[in-house]
Amino acid sequence: MDLPYRPVALGLLALAFSALVWQRAQAGGSHYFPPVSDPVVVEECGSCHLAFPPSMLPASSWKRMMSELKNHFGDDARVDAATATHISDYLMSNAGDTGGRRYSDKLLRGTSTSKAPLRITELERWVGEHREVPAWEWRHKDVRSKANCLACHSGAERGYYDDD
Amino acid sequence: MKSQAGLLLLIAVPAMASASALAAPREDLLAGYAAQAKQDDPGFAGFSAARGEAFHRRSFGRGKVDTPACTSCHADDPRAAGKTPAGKIIDPVALSASPSRYADPAKVRKWFGRNCKEVLGRACTAQEKGDWLSFMLSQ
Repeated sequence: MDLPYRPVALGLLALAFSALVWQRAQAGGSHYFPPVSDPVVVEECGSCHLAFPPSMLPASSWKRMMSELKNHFGDDARVDAATATHISDYLMSNAGDTGGRRYSDKLLRGTSTSKAPLRITELERWVGEHREVPAWEWRHKDVRSKANCLACHSGAERGYYDDD
Repeated sequence: MKSQAGLLLLIAVPAMASASALAAPREDLLAGYAAQAKQDDPGFAGFSAARGEAFHRRSFGRGKVDTPACTSCHADDPRAAGKTPAGKIIDPVALSASPSRYADPAKVRKWFGRNCKEVLGRACTAQEKGDWLSFMLSQ
């Protein structure tokens, strides 16, 4: 049997490429991180700052975060044991190297999970993406904190962190 | 007639009971603070919304640097929304503006616990909590 190898190969290539694009489009590009959907996690992790998407950090980071709530970036953010277990389970199963892997591949590139980084804003990729933001903009009264994603990313609460 | 009156009672009593159950958590909170305040100071003479208002606006500067006062995060006007250092909007603290507030005692305990430490650098006394809450309930 004579197979038309070249057209078939080209066809497959085109198919693979569009599948890749389609997957990206569905995920909203590399700047989409699904927002927290669990009401307990939204309440407990989203009162002082935006409830950061679990896919922005590896599971090791969330584990460490939850074990250090007494000094949570200077605040005592302890919760009762049952709530803590609930939050830990959610964060760790949706983390950037577990359930949320498909959203985090770029953000966590170059991040060592064994180091369990606590600050999203110290991830190599995050720093690179925000290099062009001038110091005065960080100090602006409507920004003030690098944890204030929403100040510049108006879609942050819906999971979109595109360039604005 | 008699059965009608009975029917009315059947409707009215549960309605009254549920109304008081809805109002009770805030009163229970205040009663609890009052009992503690009396224990702390036998001369305790009740709570004052005016004292609570002064407390709300006072700059303590004994806790965290960026939160010297309640109004560092909550608005100066309790009926307006506040904002945390990380930019999160906080619903108004006045009951009239946020009618669901202060109904869950565990939540009230949690936030007094955290916020007093961050603003005053210590736990609030029962007198302080009762005064502040009285102010917010009156607003």
